[in-house]
Amino acid sequence: MSGFSVNEPSRRMKWFAGILVVFYALVTLMPLLWIIATGFKSPADSIAYPPKVIFRPTLEGYVNLFTTQTRITPDMEEGLEPPKNWVEQIVRDKGMVIAGPSRYVQRFMNSVIIGFGSTFLSVFLGTLAAYAFSRFRVPIKDDLLFFILSTRMMPPIAVAIPIFLMFRQLGLSDTHMGMILLYTAVNLSLSVWLLKGFIDEIPLEYEEAALIDGYTRFQAFYKVVLPQAMTGIASTAIFCLIFAWNEYAFAVLLTSGEAQTAPPFIPTIIGVGGQDWPAVAAGASIFLLPVMVITILLRKHLLRGITFGAVRK
Amino acid sequence: MKKSLLLAAAALAATSVFAAQGAAAKTMTLCWAAWDPANALVELSKDFEEKSGVDMNFEFVPWPNFADRMLNELNSGGSLCDLMIGDSQWIGGAAENGQYVKLNDFFDANGISMDDFLPATVVGYAEWPKNTPNYYALPAYADVVGWTYRKDWFSRPELQAEFKDKYGYDLGVPADLSQLKDIAEFFQGREIDGKTVYGAAIYTERGSEGITMGVTNALYNYGFEYGNPENPYAELDGYVNSPGAVAGLEYYKALYDCCTPPGSSDWYMSEDIDAYKSGQVALQMNFAFIWPGVNADPNVGGDHSGYFANPKGPAGQFAQLGGQGISVVANTDMMDEALDYIKWFAQPEIQARWTEMGGASAMRSVVEDPAFPDAQPYNKAFLESMAIVKDFWAEPSYASLLLAMQDRVHKYVVAGQGTAKEALDGLVRDWTEVFQDEGKL
Amino acid sequence: MAENAMDRIARATPPGVARKIRGLSDRAIAWIFVGPSIFLLLAINIFPLIWTIRLSFTNFRVNRINAPVKWIGLRNYERILTDPDIWQTMQATAHFLFWTIFFQVLIGFTLAWLINKKFRGNDLWTTLIVLPMMLSPAVVGNFWTFLYQPQIGLFNYVVAFFTGADPSSFSMIGSIDLAPWAIVIVDTWMWTPFVMLICLAGLRSIPDSIYEAAEIDRASKWRQFWTITIPLVLPFLMMAVLFRGIENFKMFDLVVQLTGGGPGSVTTLTSIDLKREAFEKWRTGYASAYAVILFVTIFGLASIYVKALNKVKER
Repeated sequence: MSGFSVNEPSRRMKWFAGILVVFYALVTLMPLLWIIATGFKSPADSIAYPPKVIFRPTLEGYVNLFTTQTRITPDMEEGLEPPKNWVEQIVRDKGMVIAGPSRYVQRFMNSVIIGFGSTFLSVFLGTLAAYAFSRFRVPIKDDLLFFILSTRMMPPIAVAIPIFLMFRQLGLSDTHMGMILLYTAVNLSLSVWLLKGFIDEIPLEYEEAALIDGYTRFQAFYKVVLPQAMTGIASTAIFCLIFAWNEYAFAVLLTSGEAQTAPPFIPTIIGVGGQDWPAVAAGASIFLLPVMVITILLRKHLLRGITFGAVRK
Repeated sequence: MKKSLLLAAAALAATSVFAAQGAAAKTMTLCWAAWDPANALVELSKDFEEKSGVDMNFEFVPWPNFADRMLNELNSGGSLCDLMIGDSQWIGGAAENGQYVKLNDFFDANGISMDDFLPATVVGYAEWPKNTPNYYALPAYADVVGWTYRKDWFSRPELQAEFKDKYGYDLGVPADLSQLKDIAEFFQGREIDGKTVYGAAIYTERGSEGITMGVTNALYNYGFEYGNPENPYAELDGYVNSPGAVAGLEYYKALYDCCTPPGSSDWYMSEDIDAYKSGQVALQMNFAFIWPGVNADPNVGGDHSGYFANPKGPAGQFAQLGGQGISVVANTDMMDEALDYIKWFAQPEIQARWTEMGGASAMRSVVEDPAFPDAQPYNKAFLESMAIVKDFWAEPSYASLLLAMQDRVHKYVVAGQGTAKEALDGLVRDWTEVFQDEGKL
Repeated sequence: MAENAMDRIARATPPGVARKIRGLSDRAIAWIFVGPSIFLLLAINIFPLIWTIRLSFTNFRVNRINAPVKWIGLRNYERILTDPDIWQTMQATAHFLFWTIFFQVLIGFTLAWLINKKFRGNDLWTTLIVLPMMLSPAVVGNFWTFLYQPQIGLFNYVVAFFTGADPSSFSMIGSIDLAPWAIVIVDTWMWTPFVMLICLAGLRSIPDSIYEAAEIDRASKWRQFWTITIPLVLPFLMMAVLFRGIENFKMFDLVVQLTGGGPGSVTTLTSIDLKREAFEKWRTGYASAYAVILFVTIFGLASIYVKALNKVKER
């Protein structure tokens, strides 16, 4: 952009705008920084009254997050070996012993399995459908596309009633498979719409050339279109993954012990007696951090993803 | 990188299919709430694992989600839980819908007698219909609402003098509910050791059962009844909304308005504990299960705290029953092992160990042991409380009854909408409608 | 219906591309490509929807498997539409919807406008501002209850710092006057960046030449703003509002974690109420009718809105 443009804002304007935006950003980031900071507080510091900004960092929250613990009586303690490492030391200082690993790891893995599984499926199916929609011109196409989009408008709780019944009949309640299928169906609208946009942008000439060279239609799709659409597929995949990663309503209603993902689990982490805020914050930090990193990496495609491809910039 | 991402996704999708199918080993799952006693049960159960060779798996859900998750599990016909330590109010629904196994024959065959357990817990945790010898659970964890107070603050001479001056009697364990409010009022907003403190942390939670479990402690003692004992479903009017009940509800609101920490509008067990442990409040209403934890706390434990049963009111002295029985889920594919567990759990030695390790046995041989009351500073309060318990509805439709009460009471007490009389009149209408839907009327 | 569509897809394929070459016909490929998606959506969206509609005419309850299921016609609908409590949840939802959109548009547009001034480092700050909206609403909502605690939370102290009020003097989620705003604040915190991004795209889509022409006509900056900037950003803004509207009409996770619907019922949005009916009271038939009413409302409002949006776009 040339500096001579009449639309170029003045220096003062830039300063003014910059200061306001930076101020907003700092305020808006405070809760996130507070979550991360709370993860390193001791339980007592976390509920200190008034709240503590400066505190001695400890990993107790992370230890509590990953272990379950049992209280021991002083005479029981005498019979025990001294703590073997710093983790045991932290626990022993509270008059407890480690009883085993916590559920967090398992719930986190469930999130990974269901997230990646449904992402793979919805991108796979979405790519095929988007290709067909992009390359075959049809009168009813708009209706079908609208139908696909409209599935996203349904409130999850409303659809959950029959899905709950259906899953119960099919034995899909609280299984990874059930959740993968469900999230795939929810994400299909996003992946079809986004991918159709990406595939639309690939010039038709490439395929025609391939067809003339004797490729079958399928080969042309596989060898010509797919590689061209890879960037689009990757960013679509990330958006599907983020949705599945963050989803709460279906997860809380349809999963319990086996296939529960992290979002319904994290708010329920409790420690001895009360809610263990450092552990909750530690769990939240670990869970939120990947998404923050992805967001920063993905910023160029962000807008397209959140608007179902409607805004391409 | 993109390719490897897709490959990774494919691999994970494949493993997840295996994971979904390969989970059935020889382990038995016990479902309960996630709280201190549950961790003690894990320890206790190691003995069972050793003796039986069955691996125990535990599924603990925190209180605010406990009923939701577990009833969802039962109603969806899930097979997650083989054993369920379910809340006392679920027993009606679980019994009538065949979700729990009836245990009478099993008890007879194995010489387990319900006479060995505290009568209130047998009625509360095991029987359906109530007061008939049909057992669907073995009393597992005896619990009741009681009060914890800051003994160290109460014993400061300057505060004692000031209190006596103001109210004309000694600052100590309150003799009745109105004294309790005086004390809470006395501490509200007071400066202690440089911090502003408040009177009492009470139950006000909206989402699950919190405020109901709290307000009943006032309602019962002022004269609230769940209906005419002779004609329980049809005659609610005049019992649920009796003048005494209205006074009780007004008392709870007055206590909430004058003497609780600001922002305590959605508090249940864990928030009350947080407030108490962080030194915000002089009094705390909570289930007795927290007492071992309070006693062991570095800041408020030991001599800093004392315990007492819910004080009496004009119409008597009652306390809200908590606690659970242990049941076998009908859908289990490990019926024999599950029954074995109950048989093992019902042994007097195991029950004694259970209380020792932080559980709360309901077995008479344990709690009626002469050494019991002095074994822990809170045991006396526990025994007194267990003698005065009353429970909420345990109907199959308990959830609808509870939701109505949560709504009506929270609207009046916390949101300050309407009057106590209107709230309870509304409750009579809601409950009548539920019973009509049920076909009980 | 789907079958028919497939045939038509294949038939209507332009001849330039549709030549039958070795292997599968285009028609078959279209079938294979679109079929699985449509099938999955039919199975997991349409079939359940039809089932819900069917159930909505019965008194079925999931937790009473043994009880006989009776066909009760429109009774469920009648009960819902005449229930004052449900109208209250609708009002709460409308309040939430209106004010979240209002603040998000206001702040989001302002931010976009400021960022479009292209100060140094605007890319970095934009990315940081966007972070909240990508996070899990349930996890974040849960943590906000902690931030809102008057004695131990951050929020009241920040407000106290700017206003000088006593932090313990008010409780965001405890008072009936403040709780509806507490949920608006968190939703606005989370989703303002969404509106901002879309507005930014709108602002950047306006070619400089239009402003240059206006400048030659001696139009004031103020006039340029109202006659060029606003009309050209409007379609973008309206789309942002559509997305936020649909999302917030469905709102469940964030608010259920924040307030659980309380105090009393002042923040009980329709989804929360529906969840109570369906999964706590287990009145399946009744809840199904409730769900159908929500569908119809959301689709009705959305289609009216989309018509309006298309008109604006045509201009």
